[in-house]
Amino acid sequence: MTQTADPRAGAPAPVDEIKIGGLGASRRRVEDNRFLRGKGNYFDDIVLPGMLHMEILRSPMAHARIKSIDASRAWAIPGVRLILTGEALATRNLGWMPTLSYDTQAVLATDKVRFQGQEVAAVIADDPYIAKDAVTAIQVEYEPLPPIVNPEQAVAPGAPIIRDDKLGQTDNVVFDWEVGDQAGTEAAFATADVVSRLQLHYPRSHPCPLEACGAIADYDRATGKLTAYLTSQAPHIVRAAVALIAELPEHQIRIISPDLGGGFGNKVPIYPGYVVAILASILTERPVKWVEDRTGNLISTGFGRDVYLDGQVAMRKDGKILAVKMNTLSDHGAFFADAQPSKFKIGLMHSAFASYDIPYAHMASRGVYTTKAPGGVAYRCSFRVTEAMFFQERMVQAAADDAGIDQAEFRRINFVKDDDFPHRTPYGFLTDSGQYNKCLELALKEIDYEGFLKEQAEARKQGRLLGIGISTMTEPLGAGNSREYDILGIKMFDSAELRVHMTGKAMLRTGAKTQGQGHETTWAQIVAHELGLPAEDIVVEEGDTDTAPFGMGTYASRSTPVAGAAIAMAARKVKAKARKIAAHLLEVSEEDVEWELGRFYVRSQPARGVSIQETALAAYSNMPDGLEPGLEAVSYYDPPNLTWPFAAYVCTVEIDPETGVWDVLRFVAVDDCGVRINPLIVEGQIQGGLTEAYAMASMQFITFDADGNCIGSNFMDYLLPTAWETPGWELHEVVTPSPHHPIGAKGVGECATVGGPAAFVNAVVNALSHLGVRNIDMPMLPDRVYEALTKRTDVSGAPPVKTD
Amino acid sequence: MTSLFEEISDPTPDDVPVNRVAITVNGQKRTADVEPRLLLAHFLRQGLKLTGTHTGCDTTNCGACTVLMDGKPVKSCTVLAVQAEGREVVTVEGMASGSELDSVQEGFKDEHALQCGFCTPGMMLAARALLNENPDPTEDEVRFALSGNLCRCTGYQNIVKAVLWAAAKDRGEDPTQAVEKYTAKQKGANQ
Repeated sequence: MTQTADPRAGAPAPVDEIKIGGLGASRRRVEDNRFLRGKGNYFDDIVLPGMLHMEILRSPMAHARIKSIDASRAWAIPGVRLILTGEALATRNLGWMPTLSYDTQAVLATDKVRFQGQEVAAVIADDPYIAKDAVTAIQVEYEPLPPIVNPEQAVAPGAPIIRDDKLGQTDNVVFDWEVGDQAGTEAAFATADVVSRLQLHYPRSHPCPLEACGAIADYDRATGKLTAYLTSQAPHIVRAAVALIAELPEHQIRIISPDLGGGFGNKVPIYPGYVVAILASILTERPVKWVEDRTGNLISTGFGRDVYLDGQVAMRKDGKILAVKMNTLSDHGAFFADAQPSKFKIGLMHSAFASYDIPYAHMASRGVYTTKAPGGVAYRCSFRVTEAMFFQERMVQAAADDAGIDQAEFRRINFVKDDDFPHRTPYGFLTDSGQYNKCLELALKEIDYEGFLKEQAEARKQGRLLGIGISTMTEPLGAGNSREYDILGIKMFDSAELRVHMTGKAMLRTGAKTQGQGHETTWAQIVAHELGLPAEDIVVEEGDTDTAPFGMGTYASRSTPVAGAAIAMAARKVKAKARKIAAHLLEVSEEDVEWELGRFYVRSQPARGVSIQETALAAYSNMPDGLEPGLEAVSYYDPPNLTWPFAAYVCTVEIDPETGVWDVLRFVAVDDCGVRINPLIVEGQIQGGLTEAYAMASMQFITFDADGNCIGSNFMDYLLPTAWETPGWELHEVVTPSPHHPIGAKGVGECATVGGPAAFVNAVVNALSHLGVRNIDMPMLPDRVYEALTKRTDVSGAPPVKTD
Repeated sequence: MTSLFEEISDPTPDDVPVNRVAITVNGQKRTADVEPRLLLAHFLRQGLKLTGTHTGCDTTNCGACTVLMDGKPVKSCTVLAVQAEGREVVTVEGMASGSELDSVQEGFKDEHALQCGFCTPGMMLAARALLNENPDPTEDEVRFALSGNLCRCTGYQNIVKAVLWAAAKDRGEDPTQAVEKYTAKQKGANQ
């Protein structure tokens, strides 16, 4: 018997990818080392020599004409260096600035105030206490105008025109926009056996990162350079915008986004405070710091949601959905400042019903101005996808009830099937991959669906109210591609720059910006996966526009789908060059060089090889003739499509009939976000996302009274769940790789916030369905639930808030 | 005018009252002349450059500014510096000794109990105070002790694990096993 020689004899043992912190490793986070010691570098931790401090005066009224501003008492306070009003800004053509949605927004009010909390004046002083003293000493005389706190009031005949600053604006309508096949949809509705209709309001919510916004502007007259430390999820967009607004040359603007204490979409827009701080630094020639307080953050910066739905589902008797109609009415506040791709007026609302195989759909969307704060940011979602999936899953539950079909079975009937990808959604998106039924079945098994239904029936006999809610969502994450997606004309790609040093250590920079997602940890894992360099040998840097390649930043779960892909592509470029060097070192032609993780070797002789580190050394010390020295690459990645993660969330609740208080019994989450780079971090993102979903479903919202006063501008009114209220989460996974992403990953940061709310609401409504209750608007406060169960009625939460 | 920002200011007007305070911070006695209205949080951040103490709200709700004063957790955004006169204050910078992390810090890293890191210092100090009083807390006791500290990123589940991890380590038990026991119990048992 002959023995075959081991072809790998003499070759080093293969690199263990998990050990080097590659793909799939639950690597502990590198950024934690500084955060745990209190050595994070948030913008407010930065102190520059000679720095002044800015405070903003805000409007106490929702809608009023400014008759006069008297700052003389404020000027008299020792330590006050500068006071700016709208008038002062207007003389420099900075009274107004463009929004991210082609509208304009007042920087400091000149003519009217249009929402409570609007920026009216700013004081720059030696210390923040003096600035605050001085702000309260400014006297403003207002002439009140009628407030408008909901779309109905906005379009009522005789409603005051909020945007009388805009030429030709004769009403309070921001846009009318539609999508889908109206004729096909109408025809399908005409043949339907059952039509289900649901109307509801997704309340205004605020991303509320624990660190509010702020800036340090530092203009150097001598060099003409502006350096601004900003709380920004998208520093390059800010640089471009500052170049346009402030008319400073782009190469003389450096935006640094240091450690961010959370973002969740709140830190995408450009806020008046940033602009005023920059101008103040130019005028005083000193660094100027502005620290937004919590009330300033909640009352004036980018909110999410505030959309009314009138939705209809046309079905056959057997539960097959034939067509869907959605009319949305959205409240954008006083300025249309949605942060979203410019082509889509109501974001990606039309991603609704992507989970289901539906031939026809039509959506008509109207947006209106009100005397409320501007925003419409992608609060932990991909541009209105949270609303889209909430509406979808609420409509699906109502439709299942109306058709008399079990809600799980109804979904099985209508799901897009596994072999039907790529799938064209009824509103025109192309979903990439998924195993929807597998996710749902796993979730039902884990929660023991059949068992719970029996328990629920038994409990009802005893007067106990148990409910179960399902939400099966998919969402489009990772905007671009550039054909469809741009912000202010800038196409939505992203970038990565990888430099491998001669000792095999590397530096990676991207156009994304971490704000808690752990990019410093996971990005290195992608490089480790591609090149076999240990993740700990790669340092990741983001957020400085002077050093990072141009990118569109981090929001809408786009980092992994876009910047993550750019990292893989940059690493592959590096590998391609390293292969040439390896061929030179091994003295063979490039075609004879094979790759295994971390090592090139000669095809016929696996023992003869060079490590990636050896090629790096040679790139600086022994390069082949004709090859440029160095080992680095830049990649700009324009994704071919969005990635479409899927999730099945199932929640069980019990309502106390005496109080309307509801408790989560169990919450099972099955997430399919494709290949998981770092499972530990992915699970952390899902747990956090579910908690924000729970927050919106149970307590967190901003509303307004009839006078336009904001209810929810501090943590006494704006309730966030604590460790005590927050339920435990049971997580499970299914993996369907994205077919077009270089490593098969999909976005995940926001899935749980997008899909979660419907699971809670569906569960509470399910518990009351036998009483004829079809809807309770979020948040499902105990008094709303109590009203629903005692009066056997739907409960609306639309503003103005009810007063006793 | 507070002396903490004196670097560039005009001379303090005579009518601004100033108090001298002596506060022991992380074992070191620090003195300063401060306005009575100066918050302890600002004393620590601006005055002593201990920027690990964060401020996330102005209403004592979020707990990001939590420090220990004479061993008890307090929210330093609603304690005046003059109220801390003669007291012992511990901030996040005082948790580790040299390169050796406090077990709570270790637990937070091991269990991925932080994301953006902004609530983390206050959260860890609240947890440290709990464990000093109660070395073997139940999940409910941990959740209750941390209910004055808000976190927007993690959903608290990993924070609870981290504190149980640290408690087990402090007791000389295997922290990983303690967390596994908790995870197993978690399934199907919110109530």
